[in-house]
Amino acid sequence: MADEVKIGTAPFDPRFPNQNQTKHCFTSFVDYKRCTKLRGEDYAPCKYFEKAYNSLCPNAWVEKWESQIEEGTFPTKI
Amino acid sequence: MPTWMALGFQNAASPLMEQLIFFHNHALSILILVMTVVSFKLIKTITNSNINVQLLESQSLELFWTLAPALVLLFIGLPSIRILYLIDEVYNPDITLKTIGHQWYWSYEYSDFTQNIEFESFMVPSQELKSNQFRLLDTDNRVVIPFNTQVRNLISSADVIHSWAVPSLGVKADAIPGRLNQVSFLINYPGLFYGQCSEICGANHSFMPITVEATYTEFFKKWISSFKK
Repeated sequence: MADEVKIGTAPFDPRFPNQNQTKHCFTSFVDYKRCTKLRGEDYAPCKYFEKAYNSLCPNAWVEKWESQIEEGTFPTKI
Repeated sequence: MPTWMALGFQNAASPLMEQLIFFHNHALSILILVMTVVSFKLIKTITNSNINVQLLESQSLELFWTLAPALVLLFIGLPSIRILYLIDEVYNPDITLKTIGHQWYWSYEYSDFTQNIEFESFMVPSQELKSNQFRLLDTDNRVVIPFNTQVRNLISSADVIHSWAVPSLGVKADAIPGRLNQVSFLINYPGLFYGQCSEICGANHSFMPITVEATYTEFFKKWISSFKK
């Protein structure tokens, strides 16, 4: 069971080198949504953004943004 | 962990904290040296009843007491800048931990894994302490981290400002609602490391501690696997 667990996370992104990683999380989430909208859910390179926003963004933020997308109140164009 | 009447830092459990302690010792030594020399000179001058009427100016003395302090400042400044840049060193982390501050507990998320682990960490009330637990420091759930692994901790808050601090790891960062603060650290050896909320956040600000449990990678993987997917 312990063998299934792989150690690995979103790598350092030079666009966000400083302490404040808020934009890193938000940009990864938006990039994933835009990537899947353009290329579809199964497009493999979109998985990078998915892994990034899952690792970086607090779950509560993701849930809030998902419900905003459903309601059409998400602040950024996807 | 802190003990009664402790004057100095807790033992370092991360390389950065070790460097901070070395720098502190170095700067304090220089400080004691300067204070001793100055106090000695001051007392000697004040208690000396002789007066030298020939002493009006001295170029060499002025040169010395300008250059000597400049040299002292260099000896303090260069190691300081070195450690400042070391702290901001860029790493590719092995594991990301998310810490969310609440009134009055911490919640942690490990989302690198398929299990997407989330749990809350409350202080063990004093009445419920077991004999091997520390008052106001132990928590019901600990932050389990593999040692010798570069960790990225993203800290935020769900309500008011808190601060996540673990002194033996040399880590402290504010937990601010709407902001993700990143701290990077590595733990040198397995063990339990304690910290406390470091930003006033209401009635139970003193009662929302942090317990980091550093363990072997295999045990960490077993702990991760014990959570349901």
